[in-house]
Amino acid sequence: MSRRTKIVAALVFLGILHGLAIFAGFLAPYPYAEQHREFPYAPPSSIHFSRLQFLVHGRLFGAREPGVIFLLGSDAYGRDLFSRLLYGGRVSLLTGLLAAFLSLGLGLALGTVAGFYGGWLDRLLMRSGELVMALPWLYLLLAVRAFLPLHITTVQAFFLIVVIIGGVGWVRPARLIRGVVLSARERGFVLAARGFGASDAYLIRRHILPLTLGVVLTQATVLIPQYILAEVALSFLGLGVGEPVPSWGNMLAEAQQYHALVAHGWMLAPGLAIIPVLLGYLLLADTLLESRNQ
Amino acid sequence: MRYIGRRLLHGLLLLVGVSLLSFVFAELAPGDYFSELRTDPRVSAETVAALRAQSGLDRPLPVRYAAWVASVLRGDFGYSLAYNSPVGPLLWGRVRATLLLTGTATLLAWLIAVPLGIWNATARGTWGDSVSKVVLSFLLAIPDLLLAIVFLMLAVETGYFPAGGMVSSGPERVKDVAWHLVLPVAVLVLGMLPTLVRHVRASMAEAIDSPFALSARAQGIPRQRLLFRHLLPAAANPLISLFGFSLGTLLSASLLVEVVMGWPGLGPLFLEAIVARDFALVLAVVMLSASFLVVGNLLADILLYRMDPRIRMK
Repeated sequence: MSRRTKIVAALVFLGILHGLAIFAGFLAPYPYAEQHREFPYAPPSSIHFSRLQFLVHGRLFGAREPGVIFLLGSDAYGRDLFSRLLYGGRVSLLTGLLAAFLSLGLGLALGTVAGFYGGWLDRLLMRSGELVMALPWLYLLLAVRAFLPLHITTVQAFFLIVVIIGGVGWVRPARLIRGVVLSARERGFVLAARGFGASDAYLIRRHILPLTLGVVLTQATVLIPQYILAEVALSFLGLGVGEPVPSWGNMLAEAQQYHALVAHGWMLAPGLAIIPVLLGYLLLADTLLESRNQ
Repeated sequence: MRYIGRRLLHGLLLLVGVSLLSFVFAELAPGDYFSELRTDPRVSAETVAALRAQSGLDRPLPVRYAAWVASVLRGDFGYSLAYNSPVGPLLWGRVRATLLLTGTATLLAWLIAVPLGIWNATARGTWGDSVSKVVLSFLLAIPDLLLAIVFLMLAVETGYFPAGGMVSSGPERVKDVAWHLVLPVAVLVLGMLPTLVRHVRASMAEAIDSPFALSARAQGIPRQRLLFRHLLPAAANPLISLFGFSLGTLLSASLLVEVVMGWPGLGPLFLEAIVARDFALVLAVVMLSASFLVVGNLLADILLYRMDPRIRMK
């Protein structure tokens, strides 16, 4: 496979996965919080096409009343795991994307400033970066979370997590970008443009930033999966998005309970759903890195 | 010696910086240990204020910091309001448990990764290398969290291994703890292995392709001796730096594993402290995890210094 096909394949694959989450409202047979109390921990249902109906209530498929369909089984409250998996993917995947966007933005701004201007500003930024890197990553996330309110609404929790994950993650991209900027600053065409009287803003916009694109893209493919895992970890520990809104993390927390472990293996589905997402990003990151090294 | 002294000083400054930052951050953040009480209608505002004054939370920031530093020097690490005791004694057992877990896992992971990575580097282009590459990539894509839960599931189902905890009971304590160690260590090793093997493979491959390796081979140095005596030291530098760095990832992974498997390490304690808003305990765990990383990086620096004369010359 050529590198180009690999990249396209990975992008299409990831696109499909994200599409599944985005169109959860259409693809999932039930709303995420709908309970069927009479079917707690129902095992995955077998499919009987005669009892299915398509395109009802604005959804792709559903079971004919009074039947129910749980493609991946149901949880303790009889909520459809498949639906929750799709809706949960929205939360988890979106957190990854938004947080990566935030930390890359911060990293780009701070790294460019540090590398371009140098001096005390550079030293200050890099030293404070070292402080952030002095903590193991998850401990750092939790430490920041520790100081913020615990009882908040789901939407607040979501944005709080995005800000925490993105906010503490700026250091690595900033360092890499600083490195690129440092060498770019001394390149011939940049010096020439400066000699012609170009302003700093123009130099950065026109000559420096385009050179950082490669690093930013590779970093994005590395950071997004890492941040998806971060959201999963935080919600799993009960410090992120909470019930009844599903996220892959808080769904996994239910799978960890003793009776789920012994008898309800399908509760692991959200954990398994992470694997293809990570594989897609890994393939993308590897291919991008390879092509940058040559 | 001066080099090591400088690294040590750097590490200490880093720790001081982390503690200062934590204090400032806690000051800016809303709420403290007594916030929950305030929402309780049976507790008056005066009582809360009195409680805060009693525990010294109302003093200005510099005073509290000085008090904390004094308490660190005494070995107390502050006073935990949730446990109603100095933090120090709470920590040591936990630290030992976490170090036992992560230390065993690190040792084992490197013991597997180095030979495997070297073999992969020598076997480049063969099907064996490709298979191991695919397997490792797949392993990399499995979250530690899922791995921990699946292993726990296996433990519960088969009953071969204890489902969580560090000790059950019985006279043979060492054997018992070792038995409990198996699953959490397995999770951590599997989680670390792909990254380590990749790095070993990459730096060994670079050494194997270098001109000096070719000339050594031409002189008839046996393969084993060439690999382990000549090429491995040449490839070691990035790996030693990776060792310091990987410690951070390991501690993060270990936090999750500890929580899932009920290992009585720093992770569960940290989580409790966060939920209880017990600042002294949170701070102590933060400082400890930072010291682990600093010490790990320091060890890597010292090793680099011993291994690489180029650094000694500087």
